[in-house]
Amino acid sequence: MDNRFFVDSAHLSEEALRRKHALEQDPSCRTDCMTYLPGMEQISPELRERVLTEMAGYDYSRYTGKDVLRALQHDRCTIEDLKAFLSPAAAPFLEQMAEKARLETRKHFGNTVYLFTPLYIANYCENYCVYCGFNCYNDIRRMRLTAEQIEHEMQVIAESGMEEILLLTGESHAQSSVEYIGEACKLARKYFRMVGIEIYPVNTEDYRYLHTCGVDYVTVFQETYDVQKYEELHLAGHKRVFPYRFEAQERALMGGMRGIACSALLGLADFRKDALATALHAFYLQRKYPHAEISLSCPRLRPIVNNGTIRPLDVGEKELCQILCAYRLFLPFAGITVSSRESRSFRDGIVKIAATKISAGVSTGIGDHEQKYTGKDTGEGGDEQFEINDSRSFRTMYQDMEQEGLQPVLNDYLYV
Amino acid sequence: MQTEDTLVLGGHTFHSRFILGSGKYSLSLIEAAVKYAGAELITLAVRRANTKEQESILDFIPEGVTLLPNTSGARNASEAVRIARLARELGCGDFVKIEIMRDSRYLLPDNAETVKATEILAKEGFVVMPYMYPDLNTARDLVNAGAASVMPLASPIGSNKGLATKEFIQILIDEIDLPIIVDAGIGRPSQACEAMEMGAAAVMCNTALATAGDLPLMAEAFRQAVEAGRKAYLSGLGRVLLRGAEASDTLTGFLHD
Repeated sequence: MDNRFFVDSAHLSEEALRRKHALEQDPSCRTDCMTYLPGMEQISPELRERVLTEMAGYDYSRYTGKDVLRALQHDRCTIEDLKAFLSPAAAPFLEQMAEKARLETRKHFGNTVYLFTPLYIANYCENYCVYCGFNCYNDIRRMRLTAEQIEHEMQVIAESGMEEILLLTGESHAQSSVEYIGEACKLARKYFRMVGIEIYPVNTEDYRYLHTCGVDYVTVFQETYDVQKYEELHLAGHKRVFPYRFEAQERALMGGMRGIACSALLGLADFRKDALATALHAFYLQRKYPHAEISLSCPRLRPIVNNGTIRPLDVGEKELCQILCAYRLFLPFAGITVSSRESRSFRDGIVKIAATKISAGVSTGIGDHEQKYTGKDTGEGGDEQFEINDSRSFRTMYQDMEQEGLQPVLNDYLYV
Repeated sequence: MQTEDTLVLGGHTFHSRFILGSGKYSLSLIEAAVKYAGAELITLAVRRANTKEQESILDFIPEGVTLLPNTSGARNASEAVRIARLARELGCGDFVKIEIMRDSRYLLPDNAETVKATEILAKEGFVVMPYMYPDLNTARDLVNAGAASVMPLASPIGSNKGLATKEFIQILIDEIDLPIIVDAGIGRPSQACEAMEMGAAAVMCNTALATAGDLPLMAEAFRQAVEAGRKAYLSGLGRVLLRGAEASDTLTGFLHD
């Protein structure tokens, strides 16, 4: 396989290096990525099978400009239309897709754009995902914020005016337990009107517990829906179990969460197939849980600490725009979030077409909001998961969105 | 490769997408529906099936036709369940069309009771085809209750008024994974065709045929209309040019690389 992701570091013991190299080079050292680990809840595989079957049968080279034109004329976008929109044949029709997508976005969301900020509270991780800056073999500064530190970070963010927060951790049950995250969520409810989480997948009962702690939005990135590629990129840890991760959103909804978000990390595998699977994952979830709020994210690979070779080369801005238009046309009701991985000009442009939510005042490091917001050096922080591109503050983003003719919305939900 | 376009209901495969309703019955109507409209599924009002020695509607049903007993006359779920069980005892098979009306003027279906009856009968192994007012939440409840199809009304039964509930039927077609069969109110072949173009899995008619001047000719017209609509749906409707000017500033001008 492509080994551009592998990075050794001097801090690893010989034993650790041996184990790392074995995982990288000898597939027989790895566990079966389709087998659940003890304690992992199993639910109906129906949704997963539907998505993977559609994805396996998707041959985007078969679609032509005619298919795209026909899809553009349809009032409702079918799965076939979605496949046409995601195909290379749609590239010359990007402007028409954008016009139609804008109409749909305006029809369902008006001229609103939601603002939120992520807060990383820990970066310990038990997984070896070769492309991720937090991976357990990567030599980075690890950190887990204490309750006091979390509250301090939240105060700093809340003072900026932000009302929605997304809490993130690395994937370590040992270092950031469900209870630890639950306590952080309770704190978050003191300062924010809406709390989402992006943590390791848990069982329904744990989602139910986190919901009682104040969370009502769960984001899980599948990274890639290509099982083969997934197996090659997630070499160790609980994240290696593909189906358990795939079913996280459904368990979250079963646990009482109001909304979920799906995503592939575009650029890891065939991005057209991954985009199709992401949209269908959201689509089938919505059909099975019609009350659920559904949203999509669309991250591209970004460079990480200690590995400068990672570049989102496959998915250019035009391809990303095409994917987002396709998402919008297929799922007119779904929220679409665009990450600070993307440039300012891209985010300013895409919120006028398809995106409905953007982050602002972002740091993907640990415990450094005060430093980033006020310039006050607070000492050691934890290293970042990836590099961001659009570093606009909340205030700047708010003003910029207004200048773009959009109405920034900070919260649209009342906990009941 | 072209796969055969069939209608599957509860594991049974049908080639025809025209279903004969039960409101107005005569031997000639059944004959025309089978021979000229191609009906393979024919509704039977159990309450009208004569169980005595005299002439029974059951005797008219030709070979190769599946009976769809309905629960017309039922005013609530428990009555519908009793009628369905009776139909099975009579040898009418496992299909049942649930009709529950608490309103004798418009004969509008009671959605809530219909969901209850569907759940009970599906558990008993019936192929349940509920007649309903096109409401998305009810349709979802019917799916969860185990229905084999959902049968929204197009307009009041027997009215021949056509697709008065078109927008709502379209929502069911778009959102529900079961076959959506448009039932009640279709008065003309063109309306049947339109329902099929929208993506309905089948249409059910009775009055439109029963009250036609030339029954066999109208039956044939319905068959052709249903087939035409189905083909149009499968082929995907073509391009319709939108009126209005194109935007002068491009939306995608900001994209790099």
